[in-house]
Amino acid sequence: MNKWQGWRKIRYESDLDPQFVNEIASIPGGEKLYSCIQCGTCSGMCPISPYMDYTPRQIIAMIRAGFKGEVLSSYTTWLCASCYSCTVECPKDIKLTDIMYAAKRLAIREKVYPKRFPTPVLASEFFKAVENYGRSTESWLLVNLFMKTNPFKIFKQMGLGLRLFSQGRLSPKRESIKRRGELKSILKVLEKEHMVKSKDELVSTGKEIA
Amino acid sequence: MSYIYYPGCSLKSTGRAYEDSLLAVFEALDIPLQELEDWNCCGATAYMSISELKAFALSARNFALAERQNGENDFAEMVVPCAACYLGLNKAHRYLAEHPELRETIDRALEAGGLKYNDKIHVRHPLDVLINDLTPDKITGLVKRPLEGLKVACYYGCQLVRPYSDFDDQHDPQTMDKIVKMLGGEVVNWPLKTRCCGGSLTGIVQDVGLRLSYILLAEARKRGCDLIVTACPLCQFNLECYQSRISGIYGHKIKIPVIYFTQLMGHAFGLSDEMLGLKRVFVSPARAFSKAEGGQHVHG
Repeated sequence: MNKWQGWRKIRYESDLDPQFVNEIASIPGGEKLYSCIQCGTCSGMCPISPYMDYTPRQIIAMIRAGFKGEVLSSYTTWLCASCYSCTVECPKDIKLTDIMYAAKRLAIREKVYPKRFPTPVLASEFFKAVENYGRSTESWLLVNLFMKTNPFKIFKQMGLGLRLFSQGRLSPKRESIKRRGELKSILKVLEKEHMVKSKDELVSTGKEIA
Repeated sequence: MSYIYYPGCSLKSTGRAYEDSLLAVFEALDIPLQELEDWNCCGATAYMSISELKAFALSARNFALAERQNGENDFAEMVVPCAACYLGLNKAHRYLAEHPELRETIDRALEAGGLKYNDKIHVRHPLDVLINDLTPDKITGLVKRPLEGLKVACYYGCQLVRPYSDFDDQHDPQTMDKIVKMLGGEVVNWPLKTRCCGGSLTGIVQDVGLRLSYILLAEARKRGCDLIVTACPLCQFNLECYQSRISGIYGHKIKIPVIYFTQLMGHAFGLSDEMLGLKRVFVSPARAFSKAEGGQHVHG
């Protein structure tokens, strides 16, 4: 991106990425995205839309128009709590929650997610723990999360943590499955495969839509 | 019928009281639960944000293990109490059945681990089992301490009823309401019963998450409920453990016990607080319970 694009608010057609919608639509059932009628039911149902930078309806419109940078770096997808209200109510059967997930995954792959925002960090830490141990350990997950976002927050949460600890609801013991090797070999097969196809993958599999 | 129990990570940690009470209640009802051997994470929300394929593979490994443990029997009935695990496993179950291309990829991955999934799984929530596999008299017959006069708000949350489950209504679910009524309690009309509690945002993006939890608590209180029951470890945690912080932030003193529906059942069945994990709470339900017993019984 050029330096001056940082403050330029106007977008010209040449700045848009017409393949972006196809990348997102490559998930199973994703082609429904093309039939959005912009009714706004999703935004109306969403309990979090008042706190988002773009509402779910806007996100869909932006995906279809090709505002790739704006969508992938927005807070919206990372605020989605996956409550599936929009998915259930959409009159066109668009699986909005899955589209939010697809945008999150593309943002992680292209490293454009909001860097110190806790939700992408939480997702990455959770992912690492499960890859290694097959299970998540809540105590370690929280410690790692605070270390990577704002270590001072640990002190604020200390009281709550100690209370949970005394009730036997939080333990420093690492949870793990027994046959870690078995799981590793399963996940290794999927290392290079993605459900959201990037532009290049779309071209190579002949699924590119002009 | 025998059931295979899939606990998930939360029921071994912050949601331990859910496991305690679920096992105690199912034992009282004489329904055998057999824990899934070497189960792994379901591939929950946070995992799916990184790799959906791997999330499905995680679920598929659990399915394959459950089938193996079930042996020659027909379908393996997998009982999944955590709402997030229930959704994750159910979603994978649905996608693997409906998208052959995805299925082929996942089968290939399972094979590398020496496993195979044969579509012989039913993903079931305990509420589904209690309402659809039992006759109501089995539950009512065990009630020793009826919850007379106790006003209960039933909180289903989001992922339990949306969008892949089919055992209850998506907009106005009733299974938990039915159970509370069987126990003699009164169900408060509380339309927010499937509104989101904030999920993982409540702990980490508190500007947003705490407000979502506050909306639920304030409305429940306005409608005069004595107690909230839930079926999800994250909902329980959010609504209970942040109450003092929420009271401080929004200047509205809120103190409502939030327990699992299985804890409420166990209490009505006359089981001890220890068995039900009722010692692992921030806001004790003792006062609410004593109200149900006409203020006679001094609890805990």
